[in-house]
Amino acid sequence: MRNILLFAAMFAALAAVAVFQSPTLAISIINLCLISAIMALGVNMQWGYGGLFNVGIMGFAALGGVAAVLVSLPPRPEAWSAGGLGLLSSGLALVVTGVIVAQIRKRLPASRMRGLITLLAVIIGFFTIRAFFDPATDAIEALDPAQFGNIGGLGLPIILSWLVGGLFAAGAAWVVAKIALGLRSDYLAIATLGISEIVIAVLKNEDWLARGVKNVSGLSRPVPYEVDLQEAPWLIDLANTLSMSVNELSSIVVRGGYAALFLIVLIVLTWAAERALRSPWGRMMRAIRDNRDAAAAMGKDVTARHIQIFVLGSAIVGVAGAMLTTLEGQFTPGSYQPLRFTFLIWVMVIVGGSGNNWGSILGGFLIWFVWVQAEPAGLLIMDAVTAGFGEDSAIRAHLLDAAPHMRLLLMGLILLTVMRFSPRGLIPEVIRR
Amino acid sequence: MVDILNALVLFSNFVLIPGLAYGAQLALGALGVTLIYAVLRFSNFAHGDLMAFGTMATILVTWWFQSMGISFGVLPTALLALPFGIAIAAVMSLFMDRAVYSFYRKKRAAPVTFVIASVGVMFILNGVVRLIIGPDDQRFADGERFIVRARDFEAWSGLSEGLALRSTQAITLVVAILIVIALFWFLNRTRMGKAMRAYSDNEDLALLSGIDPARVVMVTWIIAAALATIAGVLYGLDKSFKPFTYFQLLLPIFAAAIVGGIGNPVGAIAGGFVIAFSEVTVTYAYKRFLGHLLPENLAPDGLVQLLSTDYKFAVSFVILVVVLLFRPTGLFRGKVI
Repeated sequence: MRNILLFAAMFAALAAVAVFQSPTLAISIINLCLISAIMALGVNMQWGYGGLFNVGIMGFAALGGVAAVLVSLPPRPEAWSAGGLGLLSSGLALVVTGVIVAQIRKRLPASRMRGLITLLAVIIGFFTIRAFFDPATDAIEALDPAQFGNIGGLGLPIILSWLVGGLFAAGAAWVVAKIALGLRSDYLAIATLGISEIVIAVLKNEDWLARGVKNVSGLSRPVPYEVDLQEAPWLIDLANTLSMSVNELSSIVVRGGYAALFLIVLIVLTWAAERALRSPWGRMMRAIRDNRDAAAAMGKDVTARHIQIFVLGSAIVGVAGAMLTTLEGQFTPGSYQPLRFTFLIWVMVIVGGSGNNWGSILGGFLIWFVWVQAEPAGLLIMDAVTAGFGEDSAIRAHLLDAAPHMRLLLMGLILLTVMRFSPRGLIPEVIRR
Repeated sequence: MVDILNALVLFSNFVLIPGLAYGAQLALGALGVTLIYAVLRFSNFAHGDLMAFGTMATILVTWWFQSMGISFGVLPTALLALPFGIAIAAVMSLFMDRAVYSFYRKKRAAPVTFVIASVGVMFILNGVVRLIIGPDDQRFADGERFIVRARDFEAWSGLSEGLALRSTQAITLVVAILIVIALFWFLNRTRMGKAMRAYSDNEDLALLSGIDPARVVMVTWIIAAALATIAGVLYGLDKSFKPFTYFQLLLPIFAAAIVGGIGNPVGAIAGGFVIAFSEVTVTYAYKRFLGHLLPENLAPDGLVQLLSTDYKFAVSFVILVVVLLFRPTGLFRGKVI
């Protein structure tokens, strides 16, 4: 009952935005709320079911974003003929190096000699890869750099990229998990923090892949364009009956289309997550989280289950990342900030209630809503507080400039307050037997 | 012979000196992280933002001094303001401990709860810093900029490569050495330092032998705040102050602390230099260096750069992973988390 009230209050707040600010704003907030809720679901799987502390969410979201670019951009055969062979050769060299190193470590007895040989193989492999890779990427980046300079994509519908984004993130998560999951919480946190910074650094610098900091804009859309809608007779009729302007209605319809798509994904994922949580598998995960030694003694493979849940959760974050890039219609690696993409999601999960999917969804909605609305609210408050300083006061100007940063402070306060006074979150985990 | 000298000078100018200065800054940061870990037993994610906060306080005091016409002669005014910055950062740390961490300490909460709480503190400090000083770059170094200028060195030595020694780099090294000596004297020779080490080794035994845990925790936070502020100010003098950069320093600092062996102060220093030199040597373009050493017809065409500068995070990360895989206790046998 309480949960329904909480959700009702959330929707009342969103409806209030629609009435008092604008319906377009409300629906764009809802879009990002939905995406945030999906990310929070993924993190809740890792933390709430599995007890894994992942602070690399930003990296997995960015991998989803790059999937959107690589799936949806039109193919560029000229780039492939310029550098495709080199790229494939360097990829082959990478695989060969990996196999050789693995074989060295498997065949030779452990000794100082083996370490040296491994190091030598890695160094030779590195330069071989670079020898193919550098000229290939230079050639690709030299092709029409002002407009393209990248390898293009597959030219498929962008909605497919949501799956591909999940796969990309899952692949990366598998590698991280293999390396870091044997270790305990703090090391995993630092390892994931590191991997996410590296993913962003790669996306910023490898121009041949998705144009790096030059950004990719004008991605294709899963919903119609406003301009086309504005000429559709049904929309003009509807606008007349609703006595709205055609422009406004068309943008509401477009954003509503996104919202409907996102909602479908959220419903499917929530259903699956709830099913998983109630299944024997979910019970096993909670057992491992609460007492890994006891679970291991019962014959559960703790590390394998941890890898599994880490990959699953990251894949969901990757899906959400691809959806975000789809919504924005552009891919801007420079905009990925850890506070916004990693730690904010954590606030959502903790505030909503870790271990409870509905809690994560509510947390995603609530925290994103506060994050967005804190900016105008902060400005209003600052304006009122500093009104006494006079119009041209330097302090007033500085504080008004700084007002948007109030929201960071606010997020910290919310997180710490919830942790202290309601550590199980708004919708606590339900203990099932 | 001249070629070899030229190569050496070039190498010290672009790798050795910047690496030493950066390593000293990382070492001071890692010492703070490692102390918190040893005594309070959690990885403090707010350490980067504590650095930013202390540095911001120092910058504000510096500006105030400058507006009053106080200067430190050839040295940067920020060094005069440093004690004030440390005091402000220490007060902030103690306040955060009282308001946030002490509650979980009393409850004996799991380490990961402390880590999440430190994320909350990180948000707050981040917001405070951006509210007060803004998210932009601030340069606050004044005084003499160079001890040795590249052109003077060229004229004096007659070599074609110049060697520049910025005063901020020299200050970094001198201050870092003094601080490390003072810290080790404190930890090994004073009653309080011994109490801290005892508390870190075995909390229950330390309590039994009459050590006051509240005082140990307080002193730890004051030292950590001091180390963070000093590291932050030195980094800011050497490069520039930008809140986001300080947040990003968290990764190499953690890498340094873990590579050296977390909880071990000697390890933190060694780790700082290992990380700094790996970052600098791997991202340095060796074209001119090799040009001096190799005969003309063998001189390289490309930059001979192993990785582009933007991948320096990757370097600290790879070292971190290798150490975690092959020697999880770190080079100097810290604790296993």
